[in-house]
Amino acid sequence: MSPIIALFKRDLILAYHNRAELMQPMMFFMLVISLFPLAVGPNAATLKIIGPGVIWVAAILSSLLGLERLFRDDFQDGSLEQMILSTTPLPAIALVKVATHWLTSILPLICLSPLLAVFLHLNEAMYWALLVTLLLGTPLLSLIGAIAVALTVGLNRGGVLLALLLVPIFIPLLIFATSAVDAAAMELPYTAQLAFIAAMLLFAFALAPFAIAYALKVSQN
Amino acid sequence: MLSSRGFSIDRLRVILGVLSAHNLSLVKNDRLLFDKVNFSLDAHGLLYVKGPNGAGKTSLLRALIGLHEIEQGEVHFLQANVLDCKTLFHQNLVYFGHKLGLNLRLSATENLDFWCKQQEQICSIDTIYSVLTQLNLVGLEDIPVAHLSAGQQRRVALARFWLKESACLWVLDEPFTALDSNGIDLLTEKILSFLSSGGAVVMTSHQELLFNYPKQELVLEYRI
Repeated sequence: MSPIIALFKRDLILAYHNRAELMQPMMFFMLVISLFPLAVGPNAATLKIIGPGVIWVAAILSSLLGLERLFRDDFQDGSLEQMILSTTPLPAIALVKVATHWLTSILPLICLSPLLAVFLHLNEAMYWALLVTLLLGTPLLSLIGAIAVALTVGLNRGGVLLALLLVPIFIPLLIFATSAVDAAAMELPYTAQLAFIAAMLLFAFALAPFAIAYALKVSQN
Repeated sequence: MLSSRGFSIDRLRVILGVLSAHNLSLVKNDRLLFDKVNFSLDAHGLLYVKGPNGAGKTSLLRALIGLHEIEQGEVHFLQANVLDCKTLFHQNLVYFGHKLGLNLRLSATENLDFWCKQQEQICSIDTIYSVLTQLNLVGLEDIPVAHLSAGQQRRVALARFWLKESACLWVLDEPFTALDSNGIDLLTEKILSFLSSGGAVVMTSHQELLFNYPKQELVLEYRI
């Protein structure tokens, strides 16, 4: 267990050193969402309709922004080589890295979401639905995104490719998440949508670490 | 795995030899770097890989330790395929490559402490400090590695050879680059003492080796 904890601690310390860079996705998220009411107009009914979609699209795009950094430094300075040559299994290392990334760059976004929900006139039922979908959906974003990041880490400027690879995969998540919030707005049950997102998350939890590990090994070639 | 049968790694590596390659071939970017490379390296053995730039020395070393995929052939550690005894292999290996594996934002001690934990080595902070002192890095232990010079950064990375005592195989890729003469002496001395204690070393270098030690040479040619 100790190598895993050591990695977790190291990544947290590094996140603290990088806090200026970590602010970037958060600022982007804030800006997009606070600009929407200005652009569309302050009409509460319109904002209520587009609100969940805007928050989710902004969450996906800002998580893409920070994602590229996930393995980049470790790949470039060779830490990743040393990690591969350690006795800790690579899938475990990958999972810890994704978890710390989620904690340090996505969780702050979720913490900001109540404020943004007020901007977009979401009512309480919609907000709770949004929060649950974000809590279930963003780890999925990170896990799936990490596979693509691991595949493109060896390429310089893999950012565009990353976005192209990922956006189609995120579409189902986006559809289920926004439909859950819409259902909440109409005071309908939305457990089915949540169950779908949770199923995708569990599936990703089980398989993504192995895919990430394989992609990281391939990118060493 | 192997050691649980009552043999220690120390005995095994004398009986079985440490590392061997069988008909190793490697293709990179559609270019055949080398094919049918064979060697076997015993305890106390030094394998010196020579060749011009682009001949595939680094790729060979990376293929040996499993960082680069092998096209054909096998690498054996203690006569077992490395793919079957990965954990044992990693427990006994120290690799020093072109990339130093140091995070530039962290200090030397933070980097080495993390590395030791990652390798499941029990190293106290005091040990790390004393090794860094031996490597003439006094006073530089706690500042970010980015602020050190290239040679000093390499010294920090080299400290791994002092910290992982249990290893029996060292793989070094151009270890003398950017080191001053004192650094070269320190490393040479360490390599010689490691070899005499029964370790095996695979290394590449463009400089002629400054020490006399019976070595196996493996010459790679540049192929088009």
